Amino acid sequence: MPLNWVLVLTTFLFCVGVYGVLARRNAVIVLMSIEIMLNAVNLNLIAFNGALEGDRLIGQVFALFVIAIAAAELGVGLAIVLLIYRNSFTVSLDEVNLLKW
Amino acid sequence: MNLVEEWGITLAVFLPLLGAIVIVLTPKGMESIQKVLALAATGAALLVGLALTFAFEHGEPGMQFEKSLSWIPSIDSNYHVGIDGISLPLLVLSVLVCFLCIIYACWHIPEPGNAKAFLALILLLETGMNGSFIALDLVLFFVFWELVLVPMYFLIGIWGGENRQYASIKFFLYTLFGSVFMLLGFLALYFQSDPHTFDMLLLQESGVLDIPAGLASLIFGGLALGFAVKVPMWPFHTWLPDAHTQAPTIGSVLLAAVLLKMGTYGFMRIAIPILPGPAMQFAPVIAVLAAIAIVYGALCCLAQTNLKRMIAFSSVGHMGFVMLGISTMTPEGFNAAVFGMVAHGVVTGMLFFLAGSIKERYHTYEMPELAGMGLKIPKMAGLLAFCAIASLGLPGLAGFWGEVMALLASYQPLEGLDPTIFRGAMVVGAIGTVLTAGYFLWMLQRVNMGKISEKWKKVKLADVETLEYAAWLPLLALILVLGLYPRLIMDTTTSSVTALTETITGRSSGDDAHVAQVTDH
Amino acid sequence: MVTTLATAAEHGAEVAASTGAPLEMAWLIPIIPMVSAAVIWGVGKRFPKKGAEIGILAMLAVLAGALVVFFDTIGHIAADEGWHGYERAVTWMNFGPGTTLELGFKVDGLAAVLLVVVGVVATMVHLYASSYMHDEVRVTHFFASLSLFTASMLNLVLANNTIQMLVGWEGMGVCSYLLIGHWWEKHENSSAAIKAFLTTRVGDVGFMLGIFVLFWGAQSFNVGVISEMATAGDIAKGTLTVGAILLFCGAIGKSAQFPLHTWLPDAMAGPTPVSALIHAATMVVAGVYLVARMFPVFAAAAPVALEEVAIIGSITMLIAALLALVQDDLKKVLAYSTISQLGYMIAGLGVHAYTASVFHIWTHAWFKALLFLGAGSVIHAVHSNKMSDMGGLYKKMPVTSITYIIGGLALAGFPPFAGFWSKDELVLGAYTQAMEGSGAAMFTFIAMLVTAFLTALYVARMLALTFFGKPKYDEKHVHPHESPKLMIVPLMILAALAVAGGWVGLPGEMNQFGKWVHLPGSEHEPFNMMIAVVSTGAALAGFGIGWAIFRLGKVKVDLQKTALAPVYKLLVNKYYLDDIYWKFIVRPVRDRLSAAAYWINMKVLDGAVNAAGIVAVKTGDFMYRDVDQGLIDGGVNNLAGLMGLAGSKLKFWQTGNMQRYAAAMFLGVAVLVGAFVFFRI
Repeated sequence: MPLNWVLVLTTFLFCVGVYGVLARRNAVIVLMSIEIMLNAVNLNLIAFNGALEGDRLIGQVFALFVIAIAAAELGVGLAIVLLIYRNSFTVSLDEVNLLKW
Repeated sequence: MNLVEEWGITLAVFLPLLGAIVIVLTPKGMESIQKVLALAATGAALLVGLALTFAFEHGEPGMQFEKSLSWIPSIDSNYHVGIDGISLPLLVLSVLVCFLCIIYACWHIPEPGNAKAFLALILLLETGMNGSFIALDLVLFFVFWELVLVPMYFLIGIWGGENRQYASIKFFLYTLFGSVFMLLGFLALYFQSDPHTFDMLLLQESGVLDIPAGLASLIFGGLALGFAVKVPMWPFHTWLPDAHTQAPTIGSVLLAAVLLKMGTYGFMRIAIPILPGPAMQFAPVIAVLAAIAIVYGALCCLAQTNLKRMIAFSSVGHMGFVMLGISTMTPEGFNAAVFGMVAHGVVTGMLFFLAGSIKERYHTYEMPELAGMGLKIPKMAGLLAFCAIASLGLPGLAGFWGEVMALLASYQPLEGLDPTIFRGAMVVGAIGTVLTAGYFLWMLQRVNMGKISEKWKKVKLADVETLEYAAWLPLLALILVLGLYPRLIMDTTTSSVTALTETITGRSSGDDAHVAQVTDH
Repeated sequence: MVTTLATAAEHGAEVAASTGAPLEMAWLIPIIPMVSAAVIWGVGKRFPKKGAEIGILAMLAVLAGALVVFFDTIGHIAADEGWHGYERAVTWMNFGPGTTLELGFKVDGLAAVLLVVVGVVATMVHLYASSYMHDEVRVTHFFASLSLFTASMLNLVLANNTIQMLVGWEGMGVCSYLLIGHWWEKHENSSAAIKAFLTTRVGDVGFMLGIFVLFWGAQSFNVGVISEMATAGDIAKGTLTVGAILLFCGAIGKSAQFPLHTWLPDAMAGPTPVSALIHAATMVVAGVYLVARMFPVFAAAAPVALEEVAIIGSITMLIAALLALVQDDLKKVLAYSTISQLGYMIAGLGVHAYTASVFHIWTHAWFKALLFLGAGSVIHAVHSNKMSDMGGLYKKMPVTSITYIIGGLALAGFPPFAGFWSKDELVLGAYTQAMEGSGAAMFTFIAMLVTAFLTALYVARMLALTFFGKPKYDEKHVHPHESPKLMIVPLMILAALAVAGGWVGLPGEMNQFGKWVHLPGSEHEPFNMMIAVVSTGAALAGFGIGWAIFRLGKVKVDLQKTALAPVYKLLVNKYYLDDIYWKFIVRPVRDRLSAAAYWINMKVLDGAVNAAGIVAVKTGDFMYRDVDQGLIDGGVNNLAGLMGLAGSKLKFWQTGNMQRYAAAMFLGVAVLVGAFVFFRI
């Protein structure tokens, strides 16, 4: 499988993720979009490893790390979303401005 | 004596720090124990200072009791300390005044109390001040220099007057502003020297520092800015009246007696010997600013009704004389500067003590309300008159020699400097002495003389008390002794300041052989 | 530099070898009153007379020491005409390498004479004051200050270098300040004290700068070294001239010369013994002493410096004498008279009459101290300073009156009283110089004669108004009586000196004073009968006119009504010459001219001094309020404000919306990637 195909796919996935992060109001969807972006990166890592390194599996190891971090991040993120929901009864990012000056 | 020679100056610096740590470890509220501890720490430092004075070879130009230990090897910064004839008087002044301040604190801890913190901060301050006078490494010097800021900030900010927040922040920021440029200067010196070094003595040797004239001027400007703010030189002085007026009595005393001297000392120890060429360029500017400061300070004093603020402004004028002496670059001028520093420390420190004690009794610094003090508390009034007259430069008292030597020296500045400017400064400075006499005498008329105001007619006020005498008598005696026997300082300083001038003439004219000869001493 | 210092040392050593013991101890003389001042301040209060006795003892010791030194000195002079004096010094300190300041003393004829003057007057004043100040406040403080003053003056007299002179000089200034303001509860008194200190300090600036100029010219502070180098021409003439003029500024201030003389009359606010000691006999002659001490410098800087001295002195003596004519305050008459006499001395120095000027210091001290102490005695009796509250005291206070009249006659310069001999020599000196073609000396000569006339005139007026005529005080409440013995005895001693004190300077072979105080180059002129007659004539005329106006003038009223009225009227009116004189000379001089002089004195000169003070305060106010607080301090505050402003605007970028942050981040990454790609880094 040519590398380019994979790259096209991952670029598409990444753009979907970026769109989700920037455009959607729902915090859960934003988190999911982040996951999509991370997975796009994972695919990239594996694809490049296959193309450039062969058997050394460096990309795969990184991908594993990313998955682990993504899981942790998702856990923390969802917890925050839950807490925000409990406090303000919304998960819309427009209405959350705790970081404002 | 070996202990003193080996570790004396280190002890003088760190004994107060040790005292501060011990005091912090004692429980709150045990005020008398804390006072005894503070007395012991500063007293020990004073004893060490006196022992150093006796062990010191007076009349030797070079550094003595030098000690160099590796400190931060990665940037080749060492714990390099030592004293010569210029730093010894200032070190002794510092330990003495600190000890007396603690005695005074035993008499009275200002509102809102908390002896533990107050005493510990003074001790910490003493460490910083003493350290600045002995450090021979730029980084070490900078650490001590900045260490001074913190306790003083808290002293003003917590125990100060009504406007203390403003004053303490202004003091901190203004001084910090200056020291940033100073630090940049230090770094530039480090990177321009070959081999890279922070050692003051090494940097003074010819060949170590080889920089283009423009950059050298820039570096000198940075250093001078840092020191000038601390001195304070006109027009960088505006923090001083506020800080002084708002600071608690002891803070004012330490500020006037020791802190200001760090600036002038910096000029003599770092800026001028390391960069003699730019120093010669800047000297006329410094002289003109000094002359302005003298007259300007006096004029501002005339406008004051607040006793403490007036004394604060008088510092601007007096430090102007010190800077005028330094700007001449001659041994006479440097001598004048060191003498002026010590004399100003003793006299103005004493004046601040008096102002503080007067406030304790009258609860105000406003001169019109103090009228007739000579009838109410005659001993206090007598001391005030004595110190005011000493401060206006009466011959036979301490204030005179610094002024007269500075003016004398500015008639004939170092060869290469334009005498016209300096003679102009001399005339202006001499006129300033008349104005100085004017405001001090006017102050005495308004405070000591006249009739007691209605408000105080029936109130009984205590005259000078025993503990106050204990804190003041050494200073009063020094005012008289320094005035009558100026050799006490001159014999120590003359050889060192002569070497300083020789460094300037040798380095700025590029006569390396001459410099080598001087450093061989 | 080193060589001149070595000369100084050798000079001292050489002299030391050739002298006896008493002079070696001369340095003790200023130490005694210094110690006594410390003792009085320390424990004086516990003594029955509150420290006065310590002061008197110290003064007696000073007097004894001064006399021993004096007689030893004249012994040396008698043995060796060329004796330079005895000088000893230790190093006080080194200003720098080779810049040595000595602490030393130098006794020569000049110093010895001054020692006696100070010793005698100080002793008399102390004795007198112990009675006069008996019931006053702060007696202890008073006597301590007097002691310290005496120490400073003696230090000035004995100093062998200029800085040490400055120390004594300023020390006197501060004691004068303390004593003028002795009754500081009253605002005028403390103001007068400040005025005195500051006005003299203005002159001191010149003195100090003069010291510096001469120091860098001669590389020494030593008076002897500077003088020798000046005489030998080793110092550039320009330097000498500038130095001399600057030094003279100090003398102008301290010796109350025009235009800085305004402080002295105000200084009369102090207790009368203070006026006698400080503002008549000793401190105010310090300026004269300074010029005399540094005379070789002035002589070498001739003609500019000396002519300036002569002219200033002449102006001073004239205007002050005129002012003395219009005073009602007895002490102010004496104060202006002092200024005028100081002008005599200064002008005398300006015309090379060196010995005569010092001689005038000597005689003036006796009669002026006497007059002041006498005035104190009178004031004590009538409780007023004003002559319009006196009159007819001759019968009530015979001793005071007789001694006072002696003093007045000596001041007016009548033979054989002390003032005559010195004044005559001064006039002669001016005449001699004038005949050699010096315009300034001619001016001085005329000024001296006019002043002699005026002096006698106001003396006559003062005596007439105070002691003669009808009592003008309130006889119901004031009962004048003779003062106590402790005040009378000093008067009598000083009166004796005011009569006989001048006889040490009799003309001809008997002149001792000319040997004591002698400067090669300023030779003593032989007695000239014509000058003596002229100057005495001027004085006599003045006194006669004064007496006629102020004592006898009242008589004419009754005689106008007789039958021979027209002739008689003419005679009584002395052919109307009196009226003419009165209208065209006396009144204009007495009322207009002197009033104008007084007006200029008070409004212009005094006003300038006051205005300078006000301007300084206003300028200080302006500098403080507008420049310092407004411009400079305001600038500092504005900088801080700018930072705050920037923060308050920029904070709106922090919306709290995470998606905007994320968008910004992506944008940033995109830009960076673009940049990397574009620049192919």
